[in-house]
Amino acid sequence: MSDYLRNWLTLVVFGGVAVLLVGAFLGLGSLVRPSRQTSQKAVVYESGVDPQGDMWSQSNIRYYVFALMFVLFDVEAVFIFPWATRLEVYDVFGLVEMAIFIFILALGLFYAWRKGLLRWI
Amino acid sequence: MYLNQFLLLSAALFAIGVYGVLARRNGVLVLMSIELILNAVNINLVAFAAFGNQLAGEVFALFVIAVAAAEVGVGLAMILLLYRNRKSIDLTQIDLMRG
Amino acid sequence: MIAALTTPYVAWWALVPLITFAVAGFLLLTVASLVRRLPAVLAPAWTAVAGLGVLLYLVPMWSRVGRDGADSFLAGTVGVDRSSIFVTGILAVAVIAAALISRDYLPREDLPGVELYVLLLMSAAGGVVMASANDLIVLFLGLEILSIAVYVLAALHLRRIESQEAALKYFLLGAFSSAFLLYGIALVYGATGSTNMVRISAFLAQNVLVDDAMLLAGLGLLLVGLGFKVAVVPFHAWTPDVYQGAPTPVVAWMAAGVKAAGFAALMRVFVLTLGTYVSDWRPAFQVIAAATVLAGAVVAVVQTDVKRMLAYSSIVHAGFILVGLQAATDRGNSSVLAYLAVYAFLTVGSFAVVTVVSGTGDASHGLDAYRGMGRRHPALAGVFTVLLLGQAGIPFTGGFVVKLGVLAAAVDGGAYWLAGVAMLAAAVAAFVYLRLLVAMYLEEVPSGTETSGAVPLGALVVAVASAVIVLVVGLVPGPLLDLARDAVPVLVAG
Repeated sequence: MSDYLRNWLTLVVFGGVAVLLVGAFLGLGSLVRPSRQTSQKAVVYESGVDPQGDMWSQSNIRYYVFALMFVLFDVEAVFIFPWATRLEVYDVFGLVEMAIFIFILALGLFYAWRKGLLRWI
Repeated sequence: MYLNQFLLLSAALFAIGVYGVLARRNGVLVLMSIELILNAVNINLVAFAAFGNQLAGEVFALFVIAVAAAEVGVGLAMILLLYRNRKSIDLTQIDLMRG
Repeated sequence: MIAALTTPYVAWWALVPLITFAVAGFLLLTVASLVRRLPAVLAPAWTAVAGLGVLLYLVPMWSRVGRDGADSFLAGTVGVDRSSIFVTGILAVAVIAAALISRDYLPREDLPGVELYVLLLMSAAGGVVMASANDLIVLFLGLEILSIAVYVLAALHLRRIESQEAALKYFLLGAFSSAFLLYGIALVYGATGSTNMVRISAFLAQNVLVDDAMLLAGLGLLLVGLGFKVAVVPFHAWTPDVYQGAPTPVVAWMAAGVKAAGFAALMRVFVLTLGTYVSDWRPAFQVIAAATVLAGAVVAVVQTDVKRMLAYSSIVHAGFILVGLQAATDRGNSSVLAYLAVYAFLTVGSFAVVTVVSGTGDASHGLDAYRGMGRRHPALAGVFTVLLLGQAGIPFTGGFVVKLGVLAAAVDGGAYWLAGVAMLAAAVAAFVYLRLLVAMYLEEVPSGTETSGAVPLGALVVAVASAVIVLVVGLVPGPLLDLARDAVPVLVAG
């Protein structure tokens, strides 16, 4: 067998095993398990006590907006940290670049503010 | 330390993520599974960069983190929008369009 | 003493289209959040002017690249060649068209103002990045800038729950496929030691990998990720639902702009970067192309919703473009670019007509809405006829010229069976367009749907202009084909 085909074979075997494994697990499970659906079974398990309300308890929507904006702006810090550690090396060039970057981020914040998302209702 | 260990970990995470996307019906959990795949990619990138003695992979991982955050923001907002209209985030109920 | 950094060389003249789109978007967003009541015409006009400006600027850029040759800058991560200029031109046209269609759409649907235009400009910027990426990192960033904006665009119709469902579906599958793409990039990076396309292709040309399983796996995942964006079988399942649910002007942008950027990326990644592995990926491309044209054409015939019909027809077109792409020759590439250009006009024109017909609520997309259109709106029906004939690939339309181009490229490469399958599919797909034409001209108007308002100007301009261009290209194909022939994609080391 040529090298060319053997390389493909590795891939095919690997893919085949992956598909087989997942298929076997899922298929075996659905074969073995009895399927008697009652509405009781769909209920969330809460240590034997009947659950109260929905599985997904709700928190107020305004937390969501703030949390989301925090995540978005917080993650942008991954670009600021490398720059901050090598501040002198990047000199004016880096300063200008970072100013542009932060300015664009600030535009996003500005938009959110004007849209009234930052007001605690 | 061998490169293969990292690659196996990453492949396992990738497989778990794919399984989650395919098998989960809850929108938020599907989103989490996608994040899992992205993190599998990050492990790959950083491992390759570390073993290849270069930076490109690590820089790429930073970009992936930022893009993943943006994706989560958009995705959660969409799931929220749907929840307001539907009172459910069960993806199997998204069936208005059939052809 | 700390050594100062040598700043990378930046060819600012080549970044102008990207900066124009991005800054136009930022400015529009800022102005709109500063001024409470903007005149409604400002945002679409602004967007169209930005698109027009880019289009005009591309002319000197084109001749400059022709004179000085292709260039690459920012440490070799971004390139400029004539193919990226060509695709940028298609994107600019799609932006202008989508803005013009939206001008009347948003007030009709009573949707709030500027976000659509801002997101349109942002996603166009992402598309430009994709078309000129010389590095897989940059390619991925461009893809995400493009996609995330389009996810939101698809959800923009706040009162249609279909719009939100479509957006969520598009988002989940899109994010899933970008994850695949990323994993593929990571594997290619691991196998070749670089994310730079120039270095990858040089590495593969100089070295023979003893064990290339990782590279092949990465190649497959890249194909999955990009195949989803351009909607080829078996990654097409989202297309009909998303096209049906999303706001129609957005669909015009998705079909014309996103597809062009996606195919540009496919071309850069597979034909240019992984060209040495052409014997590995070509069979996959051929099978996918054949499956795409056949499945798209057959399923399109049984659709009753016109937007879904056009969605499946866009899948057929994607298959045709792939037929040209798999040749992996200069001729194949130029046929792909020409196809993308004509296809952009065909789709923006068609969806402009669909926007008008859909009526308030963006809901009437059944064949009923088109029955008797030949009598109610003779002008609009005539324009739509030209566009449908173009999509079907009838001679003397642009559709025929470019279809011939991709088939010739396939035959050139010896893929006779693929060309045969594609022709068969084109014949099947012709029934779809015929059905619409019959509904427009030969069937009676169902009682109770006698609505005939004035046709809004923006959509009319787009539809008429596209129909005229499709006809002109069909009658005088020379200029476009010359442009596409000169638009050779090349990778230049930075």
